Amino acid sequence: MNLHEYQGKELFAKFGLPVSKNKVISSADDASNACSDLGGNKWVVKAQVHAGGRGKAGGVKLVSSPEEAVDFANQWLGKRLITYQTDSNGQLVNSILIEECTDIANELYLSAVVDRGTQRIVFIGSSEGGVNIEEVAKNSPEKIIYEPIDPLTGPMGFQSRKISKVLGLDSEQSKEFSKMLPQLTDLFISHDLSLLEINPLVITQGGKLHCLDAKINIDSNAVYRQPEIQAMHDPSQEDPRESEAALNDLSYVSLDGNIGCMVNGAGLAMGTMDTIKYFGGSPANFLDVGGTATQERVSKAFKLILADPEVKVVLVNIFGGIVRCDLIAEGILAAIEEVGVSIPVVVRLEGNNADIGSNILAESTAEIVSLNNLEDAAKKAVDLSK
Amino acid sequence: MSILVDNNTRLLVQGFTGSQATLHSEQSIEYGTNIVGGVTPSKGGQTHLGVPVFNSVHEAMEAVQPNASIIFVPAQFCKDSILEAADAGIKLIICITEGVPTLDMLIVKKRVDELGIRLIGPNCPGIITPGEAKLGIMPGSIHKKGSVGIISRSGTLTYEAVKQTSDLGLGQSTCVGIGGDPIPGTSFIDVLKMMEKDDQTKAIVMVGEIGGTAEEEAADYIKENVTKPVISYIAGQTAPAGKRMGHAGAIIASGKGTAEDKIKKLEECGVHIAENLLQIGTKTKEVLG
Repeated sequence: MNLHEYQGKELFAKFGLPVSKNKVISSADDASNACSDLGGNKWVVKAQVHAGGRGKAGGVKLVSSPEEAVDFANQWLGKRLITYQTDSNGQLVNSILIEECTDIANELYLSAVVDRGTQRIVFIGSSEGGVNIEEVAKNSPEKIIYEPIDPLTGPMGFQSRKISKVLGLDSEQSKEFSKMLPQLTDLFISHDLSLLEINPLVITQGGKLHCLDAKINIDSNAVYRQPEIQAMHDPSQEDPRESEAALNDLSYVSLDGNIGCMVNGAGLAMGTMDTIKYFGGSPANFLDVGGTATQERVSKAFKLILADPEVKVVLVNIFGGIVRCDLIAEGILAAIEEVGVSIPVVVRLEGNNADIGSNILAESTAEIVSLNNLEDAAKKAVDLSK
Repeated sequence: MSILVDNNTRLLVQGFTGSQATLHSEQSIEYGTNIVGGVTPSKGGQTHLGVPVFNSVHEAMEAVQPNASIIFVPAQFCKDSILEAADAGIKLIICITEGVPTLDMLIVKKRVDELGIRLIGPNCPGIITPGEAKLGIMPGSIHKKGSVGIISRSGTLTYEAVKQTSDLGLGQSTCVGIGGDPIPGTSFIDVLKMMEKDDQTKAIVMVGEIGGTAEEEAADYIKENVTKPVISYIAGQTAPAGKRMGHAGAIIASGKGTAEDKIKKLEECGVHIAENLLQIGTKTKEVLG
């Protein structure tokens, strides 16, 4: 799960990290007041969406009058911001962050992730901030430090000094940073983050460290124990079908093609998508109905798939395993009837009682093509999608 | 021979009386697995599926001496259950449960490594040595005793590889589902090491998927250390970047972890690639000659 920048900064402030004084507005009427409350004569206005690349897309602006801030809010609130990280529909802007302006002397990069290789939380720092860190990693890897944190000790002073050196901090800033590192680690662990990124972390004209941006992702598996994070959930930033699926405990990702896929198991679901592509078709979605493909789950899955108007055919690929395929076949038929499926459905059943299951499907009146190997089923679905 | 489990395995089931644990334990017993007992706190003293239930792993250790444990408890209790089994001295722990928080695994993994414990999973189908013991949720009937070792990050995709190798008459030595999470207890390399030493295993099928660099690291290891042929299929060739494909680990982040990169690296290291999941069996047969 992702947070908005303003929510990330709320958490930063709570953990004692330096962020700009700010206001969040969801109506353009409040923009002018927000500016005067913050004071000063220059403000940064930032459209709040769950995507990077906002600056280049026009979603961030330096304004020098409250009227300009109002104009910016009118321009973006209720609109969709399209950046290189969003799809072609963009993300809905329903709030704007207004911040006091920071005079920047230097831009740095700092992040923390759960690193699979070292199996630790790793801090990543670079003297090159405000730019795409992947580019820095490619072109000047010597400017990046990766510092893993031992869960037993937490971040140590020497590690903070190591990172400070690569960031190019002076001794005062280095002292500041030695306080920030444990604060960031506490935030990371206490809120079950999977990513925390400050790009840029800046040095102000006054020589102080300052968090100019805040990107936070939370481990979806741990959201259940994070009530504060749950309250920050913004469903408007998610694909409505994906959210609907999550509510029903189905794993769904919408894609661009026209062959709806319903598969049990994430790996097999990806494998099925690959197979469709291999035979020249294009999957409309990833959908894992889970290990127990009951009628209820299959019905919900059909509803989700059919909500996508592009879908011309549905390919159901179930490896029965423990669950009996005859029961699955009955579930599929009942679901098709319940949902009122009017496009062709190709079903491949494998595993326990697969033959009985296929017979049940073959004898039904529904428009079902039942094939017992994946190759034939995928080819058939691709044919029907053309 | 085989790896990790055989007919000397004495299995303890944690979360024994729950519905999933009951279903899969019944199937395991039917397959011939020696389940010596189970643990459900506060239900100690009862008998379930014909074997005793204990309040703790420690009590079970004393009474029935299990040498492996399988965990079905809900995700929020997995950290506790794994560490309990570890503390009681069990050396092989399999965690089936899906959805364990990553930071829990960070701590658990460090602890089990220190204690020299083999943890498989979480979020995995388990381990099976066909004809001997089934410690997991895989359908026993599709397996056949044979010569192919299978390692996989995915459940149903493993069954696909199993079915294909069974249908072609190759069969399996041992199949290990290492799970789809970012921090698995056991890596591809850990299992490759064991299968390389196992006489029964003549070829190794490694089923990977997008996300992380576990396949790339395995490729380097194979190049230097594995003399047996390795056949690999990578799922998620059509997956878009930045979207989590079901498994917590299956996400292409910052352009890293794509199927294309993995396949390229595996090929460079001498691994035979099954271009499509339909070809896992035939490719293996072709390689074995």
